[in-house]
Amino acid sequence: MFLLLPFDSLIVNLLGISLTVLFTLLLVFIIVPAIFGVSFGIRKLYMKTLLKIFAWATLRMQRGAKEKNHQLYKPYTNGIIAKDPTSLEEEIKEIRRSGSSKALDNTPDFELSDIFYFCRKGMETIMDDEVTKRFSAEELESWNLLSRTNYNFQYISLRLTVLWGLGVLIRYCFLLPLRIALAFTGISLLVVGTTMVGYVPHGRSMEFRWRGEFQMNCLTLMSVPLHTFLKPRKNRPRNGGICVANHTSPIDVIILASDGYYAMVGQVHGGLMGVIQRAMVKACPHVWFERSEVKDRHLVAKRLTEHVKDKSKLPILIFPEGTCINNTSVMMFKKGSFEIGATVYPVAIKYDPQFGDAFWNSSKYGMVTYLLRMMTSWAIVCSVWYLPPMTRETNEDAVQFANRVKSAIARQGGLVDLLWDGGLKREKVKDTFKEEQQKLYSKMIVGNHEDRSRS
Amino acid sequence: QGALSSCLRKPRRDPPSFFPAVSQASLVRLHHRFRALDSNKKGYLCRMDLQQIGALAVNPLGDRIIDSFFPDGSHSVDFRGFARVLAHFRPVEDEGTGTWDPEEPEPLNSRMNKLRFAFQLYDLDRDGKISRHEMLQVLRLMVGVQVTEEQLESIADRTVQEADEDGDGAVSFLEFAKTLEKMNIEQKMSIRILK
Repeated sequence: MFLLLPFDSLIVNLLGISLTVLFTLLLVFIIVPAIFGVSFGIRKLYMKTLLKIFAWATLRMQRGAKEKNHQLYKPYTNGIIAKDPTSLEEEIKEIRRSGSSKALDNTPDFELSDIFYFCRKGMETIMDDEVTKRFSAEELESWNLLSRTNYNFQYISLRLTVLWGLGVLIRYCFLLPLRIALAFTGISLLVVGTTMVGYVPHGRSMEFRWRGEFQMNCLTLMSVPLHTFLKPRKNRPRNGGICVANHTSPIDVIILASDGYYAMVGQVHGGLMGVIQRAMVKACPHVWFERSEVKDRHLVAKRLTEHVKDKSKLPILIFPEGTCINNTSVMMFKKGSFEIGATVYPVAIKYDPQFGDAFWNSSKYGMVTYLLRMMTSWAIVCSVWYLPPMTRETNEDAVQFANRVKSAIARQGGLVDLLWDGGLKREKVKDTFKEEQQKLYSKMIVGNHEDRSRS
Repeated sequence: QGALSSCLRKPRRDPPSFFPAVSQASLVRLHHRFRALDSNKKGYLCRMDLQQIGALAVNPLGDRIIDSFFPDGSHSVDFRGFARVLAHFRPVEDEGTGTWDPEEPEPLNSRMNKLRFAFQLYDLDRDGKISRHEMLQVLRLMVGVQVTEEQLESIADRTVQEADEDGDGAVSFLEFAKTLEKMNIEQKMSIRILK
């Protein structure tokens, strides 16, 4: 037993030394450069190598599938069926024309064949619709060596499996601990730092800037496990404005806030998120709502307006979609933030899914599972574009303004611009849309009927 | 049954090729879609899974279309049933008329079967006839509250009268088919799946 003791203490010493070394390396190579914005170029090399490996892996799988004479599942981002973009009226008229032996008069009312239009349209949506696929992770054209994105699992050869195994080793045993350490450091610094800042008495109005800067640095630390490419520095949101962006995951907040000073808006959460929220409020004024208050739209609008009027306060960061979308499209913007009348600074965020999918599918994964998945992907790479500020014009209402901003963001980010509500993730669509379709159709069968009875 | 249960146990395998009416590539795509719609990974679809599709819920005949997946009062549809319904909409290849083997069952996407599918959208109680009452109900689905009862009744009466040949006050399948004999059904009731 006594012989074991020196051996034990040796292990403990080794552990202690290696941890110290690790943290020093961390500090020198990652944390300090991140705060000062210096880059060593390691990331670009890393990404290039990964891309080459992915391309090779996909080719191998395609060859493997061909040898076995099977079909490889290939994802299509534009939908899997051929669609004609014709309107209800045009198509029903065409259907009637093709089936009717009568001379073409413009007053047929109802034909048995009208049903074909609705039937086919309905079947098309069952095979492929625009909305359902936006709530699950985007499918990749080439495989990125993560088992979670592989749809053709059975075509992996031995070489690919070895490569995949190596990838798992690197990701789980090297990248994951590194990122957890960084995140831990970042969050602790945020909480401790903001508490200290909170004790400094409130003085002149300009100080919100340095508080914001402090917050920004803490968040930069938290974003270090992610890799971001930012576009040039003009069009940054200013005080008294509202910054709107498309929403894909909670990481959006970290990415934007590590590059500018913002006041956040959101629901009060419990747990770790709650701790972070309370800490951040100590440094700068944010607008956190209780769950009950969120339903009261007037209250929300009032608080936002108050914040925006105070020019010394930081610009508000809002995600008007209201929920996370999978970053292939932008869904309906809720009009609340566009009614306030402040200048809107649109921001487009586009993630590159090749290295890791940042989309948070909240119905599938909880926060902790999501963070684990993030930290075990190769990297999170995103591009952020700051668009020129927009204001509401006199002849447009809040909804039109919201749609205009949405189109600008979609265009810049290369995303599909959809009118559907992101709330469809959880709720059913409202009946008013069905009524619109019914109205259109009844005009075709009854509008004519009235003409007939008149003549 | 065996093929199906193994399909359920290992959801990432290719769907079993028990279905000759649809090409293998399309089957893979449909299987992927089936799994995407199956929100709780149950292995089958229930009515609610289909009702979740926003674009289907705004279709006035959305409920009738959903019903066609659940014949005989069932509450779930497996992949075989799903593919079976969708196979009706496969485009008709021009193989030349009369080249089927009459011993083989008629393919699901033949003209007659497409017509049968449309017929059962009208025929609510599946008795093989569209009565005036059923016509009225389907019309009501298509127009909602936009049209008055009298107008709808007169439309239903006229339609049934025009199609009804044997004077029984209802439209049978053959009468339905005769009314639509000039219709280019093959094109209007077909959906092409991209390769």
